[in-house]
Amino acid sequence: MAIESSLRNMVIVLFAVCLVASAALGGIYTLTKEPIEAAQVAKTNSAIAAVVPEFDNNPSDAANVREVEVNGTVARVYTAKMGEEVVGYAIEASTSKGFSGNITVMVGFTPDGTIVNTSVISHAETPGLGAKIANPEDPFMVQFQGINPGDPDFKFAVKKDGGSVDAITASTITSRAFCDAVGSAYNVFCKINGSGEAQE
Amino acid sequence: MSKFGLITKGIVKENPTFSLVLGMCPTIATTTSAINGLGMGLATTFVLVLSNMLIAAVAPVIPAKIKIPSYIVIIASLVTVLQFVMQAYVPDLYATLGIFIPLIVVNCIILGRAEAFACKHSVIDSAMDGIGIGLGFSLSLTVIGFVRELLGGLAVFGNRIAEGDGMLAFVLAPGGFLVLGYLMVLFRKVTKQ
Repeated sequence: MAIESSLRNMVIVLFAVCLVASAALGGIYTLTKEPIEAAQVAKTNSAIAAVVPEFDNNPSDAANVREVEVNGTVARVYTAKMGEEVVGYAIEASTSKGFSGNITVMVGFTPDGTIVNTSVISHAETPGLGAKIANPEDPFMVQFQGINPGDPDFKFAVKKDGGSVDAITASTITSRAFCDAVGSAYNVFCKINGSGEAQE
Repeated sequence: MSKFGLITKGIVKENPTFSLVLGMCPTIATTTSAINGLGMGLATTFVLVLSNMLIAAVAPVIPAKIKIPSYIVIIASLVTVLQFVMQAYVPDLYATLGIFIPLIVVNCIILGRAEAFACKHSVIDSAMDGIGIGLGFSLSLTVIGFVRELLGGLAVFGNRIAEGDGMLAFVLAPGGFLVLGYLMVLFRKVTKQ
């Protein structure tokens, strides 16, 4: 090493290294900011499209998004419209009861509270077991379609807990967490419906 | 050593996974499928090549006592750049690899190459070394991922080849260690190490 480790040299060199590094990071951040936002919007849009009936507005447009607070957690509600008529609500809810980390789901409801479909936005469940929730064609996911959680004949819990939901084999914790997330999405739906905000 | 030799050395003689046995944490965690393994390998290669080149370039003006902090700042900045770029252009892969992208910062392969090679060699040689080690890491991860995906999920690069459930244990961590161990034996047998 040609440079002596004197205090002055060390301060100058570390300062220069950090300055260049932070300038480079700032530059890259500015360059990638828009594509990152676009990618997130595209992901939300495709999740919405997967869970509500056909619509022709832009549900992720600020005018159609509401933030609703239930039990201390804030959920996003996206309203899908065909013309002037509301065809469904996509509600983004998450739970911390997953086997590893949070599970965020998008649940689509028709205006009368029936689940159209569900979609998992993010999760960190075990590959091959709990991660089956990310596959929309898995029988576990299909069973939620057309269910109205307000229906007294349908208990919203896994069979092990006395409910009506068939859990994924060997993934009861994940299945419970998923029910929890869908249940909190339904609570949000009830809140907007009960307060008269959800009109046909 | 020739430039070409620097590359092949990283794949066989100093293969980071099977020979140097470095970076085991991402190796076990991200090789649940061949695509994930390949993605992690290429992400690490990107950081490794650039960090090797930058460190080789600045090494002569870095006082010995602050070598490690300077290298870490350089490596961490590169990883953050990679994070931004992946979030913007390959969000699906970014979502799958998740926490293991930021953890590339502490991957011993990268700091190891900076200390053992880049700070004593030219920029070009360091780039070759980075490419070699990076390719070795990517190939190893892809092979481990391939075997685990095949046994655990009956699929090849995401395409299912048979109906039914595979041996789930291979997708989980214990199966990862098994596959890694057997592949390491095989690798050392073949390369006579």
